[in-house]
Amino acid sequence: MSSRSAILDQIRRQLGRGPLPPEAVTALEARRPAHTRVAVGDGLVERFIARFESRAGSVARVASLAQVPEAVAAYQARLGLPPRAAVARPLAGLAWPAGFSHHPGPAGQSEILSVTACLAGIAEVGSVFLPSGPDSPTSLNFVPDHHLVVLRTGQIVRHFEDVWPLVRALPGGMPRALNIVAGPSRTGDVELTLQLGAHGPRSVHVILVDAPM
Amino acid sequence: MKVSSPQFKAKVVTALADPHLRDALGQSRKGFVNGRGALVAGLPEFEQLRDQARDVKDHVLANLDHYLERFEAKVTAAGGQVHWAADAEDARQIILGICRRVGAKTITKGKSMVSEEVGLNEALEAEGYQVIETDLGEYIIQLAGEPPSHIIAPAIHKTRAQVAELFEAAHGGPRKTTVGELVTEARLVLRDKYFKADVGITGGNYLVAETGSSVIVTNEGNGDLTQTLARVHVVTSGIERIVPSLEDVSLFQRLLARSGTGQETETYTTFSTGPRRAGDPDGPDEYHVVLVDNGRSKMLGGKFQDMLRCIRCGACMNHCPVYGAVGGHAYGWVYPGPMGSVLTPLFVGLDSTYDLPNACTLNGRCQTVCPVRIPLPDLLRELRHRQSLAGLRPRAETRALHAWRFVAERPRLYRAANRLAARALKALDGGTGHLTHLPFGQAWSGLRDLPAPEGQTFLEMWQAQKRP
Repeated sequence: MSSRSAILDQIRRQLGRGPLPPEAVTALEARRPAHTRVAVGDGLVERFIARFESRAGSVARVASLAQVPEAVAAYQARLGLPPRAAVARPLAGLAWPAGFSHHPGPAGQSEILSVTACLAGIAEVGSVFLPSGPDSPTSLNFVPDHHLVVLRTGQIVRHFEDVWPLVRALPGGMPRALNIVAGPSRTGDVELTLQLGAHGPRSVHVILVDAPM
Repeated sequence: MKVSSPQFKAKVVTALADPHLRDALGQSRKGFVNGRGALVAGLPEFEQLRDQARDVKDHVLANLDHYLERFEAKVTAAGGQVHWAADAEDARQIILGICRRVGAKTITKGKSMVSEEVGLNEALEAEGYQVIETDLGEYIIQLAGEPPSHIIAPAIHKTRAQVAELFEAAHGGPRKTTVGELVTEARLVLRDKYFKADVGITGGNYLVAETGSSVIVTNEGNGDLTQTLARVHVVTSGIERIVPSLEDVSLFQRLLARSGTGQETETYTTFSTGPRRAGDPDGPDEYHVVLVDNGRSKMLGGKFQDMLRCIRCGACMNHCPVYGAVGGHAYGWVYPGPMGSVLTPLFVGLDSTYDLPNACTLNGRCQTVCPVRIPLPDLLRELRHRQSLAGLRPRAETRALHAWRFVAERPRLYRAANRLAARALKALDGGTGHLTHLPFGQAWSGLRDLPAPEGQTFLEMWQAQKRP
């Protein structure tokens, strides 16, 4: 007997029943849980910023998508970084300054900075949702030292649960990888001393565009 | 992994005499316990969330066969493969089989307690694979050749100086002194490994039946680099880690980090669904999930089913006075603290784990903080009962309890015995109010004094007070 049937048989034996009857399976398939959500007041954008910054993430606000290249350049200048980046394809068409070189990824081992779009941000805890796909390599979210995420204010929703319908509606449904990122990589594994930049990005910077969806 | 639980008492003596360990454990209690306390105090919905989490887990366990089959179908539809491992040997063989087939050399690992449970590293290393733990804590204890001492902070017992020494021996000098330098050194060494890895092995905090996704929750991002950059991604997870839907994951997202590390959320929550898709610029070519039973299904339908609700947050050990005094290594296997004292006897047997269910004061703090409301003290008491049924408990204890029961069932005799004891112990205290020696309890009185009775029984004093 295969381990599969051995395990399933054992489960049913222990539960004192055979396989579930079709009605029971139908009922389970129809289950739509509505669990308690954490109270989140109005001012979703402000809450998102406050929560995201509370974990050493940073946020810069710009008035339009066209100002994103300028915000990226300002970030690079502030930290003395070279004018190159891995830029996710949906943002490649922006008017990047002369002398700025970019490629769509995936990220190479020495990648310093990436700029990506995202699916949504949530106000509840202040984190961003990054689905993988042909235009959004997962490595851009983890390999570079600096990860810049372009988020529109209209993409900020209240709770985790508000994002799941958006995920289900993606072409292809659940993406291969869905990363929820709440800030820069951190560790407390040496003497429980908080240290940023353990393995993933040392800093995560949200460029928040004042725009509806 | 070898079980060294029979040496519990000897290990406790060593642990209690270790000043480094005491400092480390003291630190962790402050960090985790205070962090959790502050967050819970600010979240009025918390108790309700705990009830719902308990109910979701109970619902899953009652329908576990269905949700496992559903999960398997979804993984398969996404191009991944599910493997069923009845026991530890099964799990090792499945993973060794995958590594052989793809011609692996370098294997990176994100943190997985199940892989510790099935002794995966030893099996892989015995076949000549280079296995690299990438969670910083796991990397440290791998260099030290030690098992984890905490399920979410595996190197909690190591001081910075000890880590610096291990790193210098492994990477060459000069020796680093600050935490920042040590973390950076590990970052640079491991970066290379992620890109070289043939197989990346991670755990699974949740398996989502609705989508066929495995979910990992980390702070470092090591698990993500492991599974994104390796050619093959292998997930190891217990069969009980299934949740029905994405909405159910959200419920547990609100409880896990708050309960365990005292964070509002951990930095990364990542859902993986199948291998690289057409047009994907990165991601693994293969995606495998190894569902490990290894004694879990036998816990269904009985007194220990509640233990299968465990989400491995670590809150019970963070709040346990015994764990806080002796640390995780004393417990002698993979899972320490209260949850470990329940799981270890069930997984490896009652006889080699005798001390674990007894190393508990039944103070109940673990149950008070458990996000899925596992009645840990009841389960530990039940294990003691099973020890008794199996004839494992000392004869003298059994005889003493029988004698006590004989007396306790006879009220007159019981009161007479009480009077005698109260007066005899009072006579023994030499007027100090304390007993420094107990005739049959040297082990107890060796470390502390017992306040002496005042010469009268409670009942006598009660009746004296009732009279006007």
